[in-house]
Amino acid sequence: MNANNGGALLLALLLLPLVGSGLVAAMRSAPGPAKATALAFALGEVVLAGLAWTAYHPLGDRLQLTLSVEWIPAFGTRFALGVDGIALVMIALTAVLVPIVMGASWEEKLPEGRTTAGFYSLLLAGQSMMVGVFAATDVFLFYLFFEVMLVPMYFLIGRFGGPRRQYAAVKFFLYSLLGGLVMLGSVIGVFVVSANRLGTGSFDWTSLVRIAHDVPQQTQIWLFLGFFVAFAIKAPLVPLHTWLPDAGAEAPVGAGVLLVGVMDKVGIYGFLRYCLPLFPDASRVLAPLVLVLAVAGILYGALLAVGQTDLKRFVAYTSVAHFGFIALGVFAFSTQGQAGSVLYMINHGISTGMLFIVIGMLMARGGSRLIADYGGVAMLAPVLAGMMLVAGLSSLALPGTNSFVSEFLVLIGSFPREPVYTVLATVGIIFAALYVLWVYQRVMTGPVRGTAVLGTLSGGPGTTMAPEVAANRHGKLFPDLSVREIAVLTPLVVLILLLGFYPQPVLDVVNPSVGATLSEVGLTDPVPVQGGK
Amino acid sequence: MTEVLPAQGIAENAWLLVALPVLGALVLLVGGRRTNAWGHLLGCATLLAAFGYGAAVFAEWLGLSAEDRTRELHLGTWFAVNGLHVDYGVRLDPLSLTFVLLITGVGALIHIYSIGYMSHDPGRRRFFGYLNLFVAAMLVLVLADNFVTLYLGWEGVGLASYLLIGWYQDRPSAATAAKKAFLMNRVGDVGLALGIFLIWRSLGTVKYSEVFARVGEIGGPTLLAIAVLLLLGACGKSGQFPLQAWLPDAMEGPTPVSALIHAATMVTAGVYLIARCNPLYNLTSDGRLVVVGVGVITLLIGSIIGCAYDDIKKVLAYSTVSQIGYMILAVGLGPAGYALGIAHLLTHGFFKAVLFLGAGSVMHAMHDEVDMRRMGGLAKHVPITFALFTTGYLALIGFPFLSGYYSKDAIIEAAFGVGGWQSWVFGGSAMLAAGLTAFYMTRLMFMTFFGEERWKDLRTPDGQAYHPHESPSVMWLPMVPLALGSLGAGFFFAHGERLVRWLEPTLGPLTPAEAAPFPVELVPVFTIALSAVGVVLAWLFVGRERVPVLRPVPVSPPVAAARADLYANAINETLIARPGTWLSRALVFVDNKGVDGVVNGAAALLGGTSGRVRKLQNGFVRTYALGMLGGSVLVIAMLLVVSY
Repeated sequence: MNANNGGALLLALLLLPLVGSGLVAAMRSAPGPAKATALAFALGEVVLAGLAWTAYHPLGDRLQLTLSVEWIPAFGTRFALGVDGIALVMIALTAVLVPIVMGASWEEKLPEGRTTAGFYSLLLAGQSMMVGVFAATDVFLFYLFFEVMLVPMYFLIGRFGGPRRQYAAVKFFLYSLLGGLVMLGSVIGVFVVSANRLGTGSFDWTSLVRIAHDVPQQTQIWLFLGFFVAFAIKAPLVPLHTWLPDAGAEAPVGAGVLLVGVMDKVGIYGFLRYCLPLFPDASRVLAPLVLVLAVAGILYGALLAVGQTDLKRFVAYTSVAHFGFIALGVFAFSTQGQAGSVLYMINHGISTGMLFIVIGMLMARGGSRLIADYGGVAMLAPVLAGMMLVAGLSSLALPGTNSFVSEFLVLIGSFPREPVYTVLATVGIIFAALYVLWVYQRVMTGPVRGTAVLGTLSGGPGTTMAPEVAANRHGKLFPDLSVREIAVLTPLVVLILLLGFYPQPVLDVVNPSVGATLSEVGLTDPVPVQGGK
Repeated sequence: MTEVLPAQGIAENAWLLVALPVLGALVLLVGGRRTNAWGHLLGCATLLAAFGYGAAVFAEWLGLSAEDRTRELHLGTWFAVNGLHVDYGVRLDPLSLTFVLLITGVGALIHIYSIGYMSHDPGRRRFFGYLNLFVAAMLVLVLADNFVTLYLGWEGVGLASYLLIGWYQDRPSAATAAKKAFLMNRVGDVGLALGIFLIWRSLGTVKYSEVFARVGEIGGPTLLAIAVLLLLGACGKSGQFPLQAWLPDAMEGPTPVSALIHAATMVTAGVYLIARCNPLYNLTSDGRLVVVGVGVITLLIGSIIGCAYDDIKKVLAYSTVSQIGYMILAVGLGPAGYALGIAHLLTHGFFKAVLFLGAGSVMHAMHDEVDMRRMGGLAKHVPITFALFTTGYLALIGFPFLSGYYSKDAIIEAAFGVGGWQSWVFGGSAMLAAGLTAFYMTRLMFMTFFGEERWKDLRTPDGQAYHPHESPSVMWLPMVPLALGSLGAGFFFAHGERLVRWLEPTLGPLTPAEAAPFPVELVPVFTIALSAVGVVLAWLFVGRERVPVLRPVPVSPPVAAARADLYANAINETLIARPGTWLSRALVFVDNKGVDGVVNGAAALLGGTSGRVRKLQNGFVRTYALGMLGGSVLVIAMLLVVSY
């Protein structure tokens, strides 16, 4: 056993939600206490994440808070945990989002025959697995968490989701399964290669990074592709994205936030932690492939988001576009771009999470997912409209919101090495403004209209109502946000502004790890070029 | 290149300039209904305080020698990664201080006016919150000491304008106009962003002082690209060709917003950007030529369309398009024009503000009517408004010795001084537009204030008679200083080259025109003559004629074209919006059927049949294990084949 206090902290972060999950699962007959217990565990996790944040030294070792226990000696695999700055901020994001998700789901009507305890238990189980996937430093352990993570999400979608939940859950599972299979091949391949280089096979990340540059390029490319397919499905990159709109639309809001906000990031995290350091030559050689997919995703996802008629599918497609930006930043190989990508992962979790939650609140009132069923909601529920606008502005990366810093870093960092892709990606910010503001316009502005709005107002679709009448109904039948709902959204608004104007504390944690990643790929930042006289 | 010194003394608190309006906006927007009673007063007070502080710094600056007038204040880091440092910093120099006084001064007057104009609006407090946000964003834009913080203000202005243009949110047209403004601005923003990326790629910094000191290291083609990209940004924000179509639609907002957008904030940002980047534009004559070209095209477009509209605010809006065209033309002339562009920007700030506030006062008197065909003979019903509006009118058409006369004529003279064929094209166009300006503004005056009282027989949309009445003093009093500025500012700035000298540390000395094709002394004579022709024509066509209440159709092709904004919207619609919609729909179809189908098909192939896929739900663990085995065997086999 080789551990320090930090390692114990990481283990606690992994186990606390797991224990909570078991405990909550046992409280099937008491929904109220089950919810409260789950929230208490989630808040405890926030405290632990805070402790981990303070225990981590940005300028210290590559991996910190490490713990390594003998596990299956025959495979050379150990139960090894540890974090760098990138993993740490992802764990912190998970910790922050879970209690917010719980608050947002507090009064959610569950499908027939499903228990509250089951829902919250699965949320906590999912959280534990996600912490595991970010904290693992043994490739096999990572693979294990990567796969097991699917199970709670599968049940959250398949049991608690919308009308087509079975279809969406199976699709989600099959796509992920396919990716996992291919990745397993590469995981075994890595073991074989390491046995060849080190004498005995190893799954230890640090040892594998050390031999990475000695592995022939051709081998690296095959192994890279195995990991890449799994990560590209998870992230998801075009054209492997089609499971996301279905899963995102059918998932209950809470699960949707965790799915898009955190779980999908494992794909990008995988690029940064595994693809780049373990297969540096392959990463450089195959970068154009990823860049093409990234830029295609930005433009394709945005155009599809413009054309959506369903609010939740709309959010899913905006995410496809955002993941394109993140992948661009990773594979343009500069510290600014990669730091921007890591920050983007956090910011996307916050802003898209908020957008999901706000749309969930809208749906809880109107009962419809279709954009066309709403109109003029701002007249009835101005706070709800304002919250949607804040989330939307963050999604379109307005300066002053969190997303701007990350998107700007991605673009300015990518430009020197990859000007063509960056120019195309920058054009994507026009589409982002279009899809956000157009949806906002249709749902929130104009005269009060739409069956979902009027239906709840006056009891029958097709009724038109003068704005004055509608305003008098204010707060009665299409109510504005409740205190609980405002309390759920306020931390997100604060984070959006805080990270928009003062992102440096996060960047200070991320920057050294990004720098290390870049040097593991064997590259340095591009130097200024003045252009021909 | 002027040396940049640290800010000292009173200037060390320059962050207050932004913090005051931000504080106002925060209190009003977060404070909610509790602040309804006094919110508007707080909004005005923060701006007056900011203006007072700005004036104090200005006074201090007047006491400094010219080479000490460029100072920076470092406030903290916004974000930094490796070599890229983006700071919160304030740059205080003659250019930024000039803008500070314009923005806070005119902004404060518009705020006070809004107390009266918005007094019946239940959302007045929120309105003042947005106004404060607008001013704060504009101040960030002009005070930034680097390109990224400039971009923060740049898009912040876009947000504030979006919120304010869409103010009447129950009107679908307002929501559409707001979105259009933001989108067309975003097109420009992409240009600005790419310009910043190119600067970063070339020099490895985004800080003004470093960029401008080393701008000579950048190669010619790259420099031209940067110049054009920054110009694209300027076109978006300043409503210049080809991104001018949002500006007239922005009239959907309450009239004080139009005044704020057109006189003190927003549209002046493009002129500021090019003037600010003068060390860069000095080095690329091709880049400057593009700037001048855009300015000339826009000033013609604006003044032609302005002749055709019957909506009083839209005429003024196209007047702005055209006048900003003059400013862009001026700053495109380089050292011969930077200061002239800024001078016209300032005088325009006065007279365009009084014109818009006056138009708002007319609308206030006429139940929010904007169609001038339904007005007429209002001079005696709103005498104060009429008198104040007239000062703005005379200043705008360049009446001798009023503000516009000095600032516009100087630009026309400079345009004639370019040399060669360009003299004739640029100078001639600018002079022709001056004549058109006189025509459309005189037409506006006749239709609104003189002639038959056409409104007497008409009813408002809700069926009431019109009762024109003078606005309360809280509305006309703020217009008085603006009217005084319209009268005297031009002379004040031009006398002894006061403004040019003041701006010299930032913009460099004003170089005189090189080679005018005829003595420049004749330029004012020709311009005045042409303007007089415009006035007379307006009298012939409008003043002495009976104005029909309904706009006549059909009309000659040129008038039809002008009424259709010279088809700018139609072109955008046909070339961009409609194909874009089709593309989006087609892609949605392809994504649902094609991409999804192919990938699902592949998945089904792997799992056997789609029937077996469904069975996975039940026995997935077993199949999973089998699949893992299969997948790994496959990959290992591949590895062996390529034999590492």
